[in-house]
Amino acid sequence: MDAAEALVTAIADMEEDEAIRLAGEMLDAGADPRRVLDACRTALAVVGERYESQQYFLPELIIAGDVMKAIGALVKPRLAGVDPGPSRGAVVLGTVAGDIHDIGKDIVAFMLDVNGFEVVDLGVDVPAETFVEQVRRVRPAVVGLSGFLTLAFDQMRVTVEALRAAGLRDEVKVMIGGAIMDDDVAAYVGADAYGRDAQAAVRLATGWTAGDGVA
Amino acid sequence: MTHSSADLPHDPDLDLAPGDAYQARLARVRDAVALRTPDRVPVFGPYQKYVYTYGGLTMRQAMEDYPAARAACHAFQERFRPDLDFGPILAYPSAPMETLGYRAFRWPGNGLPDDAIYQYVEAEYMSADEYDDFVFDPSDFMLRTWAPRQFDGMAGFALPAPWRRFMWSGWMGLNAFASPEMRRTMQVMLTAGEQMEAWWDSQAQYWDETRAKGYPVGFASFDWAPFDIIGDTLRGTTNVLADMRRRPSKLHDALEVATRIFIEYGSAAAGAELPLCWIWIHKATREFMSDAQFREFYWPYLRRGLLALVERGVIPVVYWEADFESRLEVIGDVPPGTMIYHLSATDPVKAHDVLKGTVCLMGSVPNIQLLAGTPDDVRATCRRLIDSIGRDGGYIMDTSVMLDEAREENLAAMIEFTKAYGRYG
Repeated sequence: MDAAEALVTAIADMEEDEAIRLAGEMLDAGADPRRVLDACRTALAVVGERYESQQYFLPELIIAGDVMKAIGALVKPRLAGVDPGPSRGAVVLGTVAGDIHDIGKDIVAFMLDVNGFEVVDLGVDVPAETFVEQVRRVRPAVVGLSGFLTLAFDQMRVTVEALRAAGLRDEVKVMIGGAIMDDDVAAYVGADAYGRDAQAAVRLATGWTAGDGVA
Repeated sequence: MTHSSADLPHDPDLDLAPGDAYQARLARVRDAVALRTPDRVPVFGPYQKYVYTYGGLTMRQAMEDYPAARAACHAFQERFRPDLDFGPILAYPSAPMETLGYRAFRWPGNGLPDDAIYQYVEAEYMSADEYDDFVFDPSDFMLRTWAPRQFDGMAGFALPAPWRRFMWSGWMGLNAFASPEMRRTMQVMLTAGEQMEAWWDSQAQYWDETRAKGYPVGFASFDWAPFDIIGDTLRGTTNVLADMRRRPSKLHDALEVATRIFIEYGSAAAGAELPLCWIWIHKATREFMSDAQFREFYWPYLRRGLLALVERGVIPVVYWEADFESRLEVIGDVPPGTMIYHLSATDPVKAHDVLKGTVCLMGSVPNIQLLAGTPDDVRATCRRLIDSIGRDGGYIMDTSVMLDEAREENLAAMIEFTKAYGRYG
């Protein structure tokens, strides 16, 4: 097994310290930083598959995210001028106004990011106007609205309505997520779909952007 | 408030003197818990923000003006007449939270809009290398390390030596109390204590008033599962979830301590007329952990704690908020007729298939329906619930989660339909 394969295995098997050590060794030995990042992408695909097949749950996604952060910090200084690779499109994401919960949103942001989307994370307690401004600026294919509380029912509706009033609603697909959300809520707020978990968010965004020719 | 109580269908409880109505409502709930068939399906009045919306208050007003909060609860109760009353307990008091400088909370008037429900701000209030300190002496850890991180006004508590060293010459360390920081902390505690007293006086006044009207209070204590005690306010969700992989033995040690705290918390309900202890399940969902992780880290400690509460005469109300279908067999391992399982996103019929004859079920009316549906939608849902999981007793009607947003006519439909249709022959 070469160093890159060992790195893939370590990340996929949740061996954090080993993964970070291997990445450091590869870089110190003069490996192309893109090889390290490719190994990370391959490993995250494995993590994603295991999450999908319910071998892995949130704890493993959190650990994979932390490993990516640590390896990213090692790679970044050596990455100047390297092409980041093609994007599958942009997703503007945030927790709606009045709600400050971020765990679900963060994990969706992470999974979209590792699946090649450009994620613009607006944070929590995001007013409808901010969504409108950012959609106008970024021109994303997808908008993700997150909410944990029932107050998000109406805030999501207000946000979708604000996109409509700004003439932007038809340019984007809107997905919602959160513990108490479901298809009925999606219909009430005027979203295109509800996603139960981070993998569902990736599936929805992928489905909406496939064949779009978005670069 | 468009209806008056005169519009309501006839409620036989109203023919009884308040004292008798009180006993009838108690018996109804106790029968449901014991899996006997009551006279009808009991119905809970979901109390959170909606009570105040109905009473014409913002959440901020309810948290600042205690008489107004009590008046809103009375108005709500007289309009909807649920069997159990929560009163103003969930309108947390703003004044002492401000005095204490409560960093881990945001509430209307303090970082949130006037009509938002208060929310907890998670952070790593206990670092990974502090597990041993917590396990060694949880009270010392909470007082000297955790409290100064949560509350601005408790900074002084970091200064004195640990109280466990107070034997023999420990009193000589009292000079810490002369420091400006500790003086400020003591002053903050005095002020916050007086403010808390005013709030509790208001609660007690409401309990007396509602009892005189014939309505039992629907809680006697609140509690948090051992895993959530560590996860919610000490490690934070993402940290505690990762700790299951990173430091499982430390987590197990802390869960042993947390189980004792859980039992201590919940035991406050022992001896109450209706000793319901509400346990809010936060991190046990399938989105957060696997079935194997649930069986290793969550359930054994919670189960042991629940059994200890039952032994002390407490009735646990376990608030399984999320979808627990994959765990039904596991959580069904409790003594029959001793507790209530509240359901939100779990399929109620599947839950009933596995748990019937074991626990009393509660909840399952989708909150979105109370906001966006019609009274007919709500009645259809209630009919389906009564006909399926409520047909032999062992069910209490309630929403899926505590109620913040609703239309009056929808909530009225839930309660009135249950009273009329939910009678057992």
